Amino acid sequence: MEKKRRRLFRRKPRKLNRSMAGNGIMFFIMFICGIFMALPLVMIINNALKPLDELFQFPPKIFVRNPTLENFTDLFVLMNNSWVPFSRYILNTIIITGGGMVGHVICASLAAYPLAKHNFPGKNLLFSMVVLSMMFSWTVTQIPQYIIISWLHINNTYAALVLPAFSFGMGLYLMKQFMEQLPDALMESARLDGASEWRIFWTIVMPNVKPAWLTLAIFQFQQMWGNTGGLFLRSEELKPLQYSLQQITAGGTARAGAAAAVTFIIAAVPITFFLICQSSVLETMTTSGMKD
Amino acid sequence: MAEQTAVKKSANKQNTLGYRIRRNKVCYFMMAPYFILFFFFTVLPVVISIALSFTYFNMLEFPTFVGWQNYIQLFLEDDIFLISLKNTLIFAVVTGPISYILCLLFAWIINEFSGKVRAFLTLIFYAPSICGNAYMVWNLILTGDRYGYLNGILIKLGILDEAILWMKTEKYVLPVLIVVQLWLSLGTGFLSFIAGLQTVDKTLFEAAALDGVKNRWQELWYVTLPAMKPQLMFGAVMQITQSFAVADISIQLAGNPSVNYAGATVVTHLLDYGSTRFDMGYASAIATVLFLLMVGTNKLVQRMLRRVGE
Repeated sequence: MEKKRRRLFRRKPRKLNRSMAGNGIMFFIMFICGIFMALPLVMIINNALKPLDELFQFPPKIFVRNPTLENFTDLFVLMNNSWVPFSRYILNTIIITGGGMVGHVICASLAAYPLAKHNFPGKNLLFSMVVLSMMFSWTVTQIPQYIIISWLHINNTYAALVLPAFSFGMGLYLMKQFMEQLPDALMESARLDGASEWRIFWTIVMPNVKPAWLTLAIFQFQQMWGNTGGLFLRSEELKPLQYSLQQITAGGTARAGAAAAVTFIIAAVPITFFLICQSSVLETMTTSGMKD
Repeated sequence: MAEQTAVKKSANKQNTLGYRIRRNKVCYFMMAPYFILFFFFTVLPVVISIALSFTYFNMLEFPTFVGWQNYIQLFLEDDIFLISLKNTLIFAVVTGPISYILCLLFAWIINEFSGKVRAFLTLIFYAPSICGNAYMVWNLILTGDRYGYLNGILIKLGILDEAILWMKTEKYVLPVLIVVQLWLSLGTGFLSFIAGLQTVDKTLFEAAALDGVKNRWQELWYVTLPAMKPQLMFGAVMQITQSFAVADISIQLAGNPSVNYAGATVVTHLLDYGSTRFDMGYASAIATVLFLLMVGTNKLVQRMLRRVGE
């Protein structure tokens, strides 16, 4: 209690080794570059709000003059007319994106912990296989992957998208790198108390690498959200939202307004997810100081 | 004496492979779900692809073995492959290190801000990566007539007399693609650096200040970077896989094939054979060469990174 109160009233510590001039220069650089980086965001938002005549204006202008929500109402009308009810696409997306993300974060973290903190035969071989696999062009492996998926009889099911996503290479590498930084003493003391490895993993390792798995969740969400089902899903009832939205934009010039709204939605969903995760990344480590 | 041999014996016993595997049983259980799937969906396809690179395979007939034929053709007869290889190397050598340093620099500067400002800045800088095909913005900027933003501005300033067809003029294609790639490259590495900076122990900075670290640059080199070495390694691998595999932006902005192959990269060449000409054997050979190139670069870069902070 005493300790808690002290922390509550503690004055914000002065930052070490920072000069005012340096801060000013940093801020200036960030401002200039920020304008460039924000360009696509600005453009997507403005386009979504433009009435049709402004969308087709030549030469094109970035900023909207008479903002309207027409594009979104158009899009909703189109959505209601789709052959498969739109809620079905949303359900598919939740299963594919959510399943692929949660499963990957859990599988990759579970595999990363022994690789980071234990010594056992085959460790280096397994790890270097994962790192190397990221360097092989994905375009080429798609065909063999398709053959294997048909052979496993999971073609045209959610599993065809979700199961491969569990084993993407990047997640394991990311998690392993962060877990490596944890001090061994942290786990050793729990082991002396008789905790099993599984328990150590859930109660000690994972909470301490929260920034890592939140970041991984962002990557994986983005990856799965962008998936249209491609080769592996043929049934219309199994296709994700991304697919149906892209079908709407494929309507050509007549649907330019709805297409602008689609572009907005396709970007807005991962951005929302990003903001939720990112704000928790930033608050975790200020509270725990467990390092050696 | 007898005691000693007993100790030795038990030490020997502990060193046998079977014993070490049994003792770490739980490790294997933990890794099983990931690695079983990894074997089926990644290892097998990669092995099959490498095997296919020694065959002629048009995706309809059963592949026929042709030995080194694909590789020989690649290096001795295919001029376009050599152009694309050269472009890819230029790409990788220029964008790789620059974008790596930019990722690190921006992540580090953003880390200086606090709370909401930091989250907002992270979003802005990550925006090009999260907005799907955000590089389409550049189509507007680079439009070849005088209404394209870049041409418009340059003409207004009197630098140009007439509009330039940016993506249709050979000498501008590669430099423009490099700029766009740099703009796009604050992705995976950048976010992992942001997360990595969060895990650096704050007390290290205080200790370093007492030890005589005087400004933020010294702090960066002697304290921050060594503390986040694992993330630096990770970022480097991601950077290599990105900068060697550039294809989408080239195809979207310069077309495939581009003017006189000025924007051709190894992966656009691969896509040309894989998805247009349906010659999967040849495409697999291209992928294998690219793979070896990346593995070699990775070895080199990891060796360099080990010396950070020394």
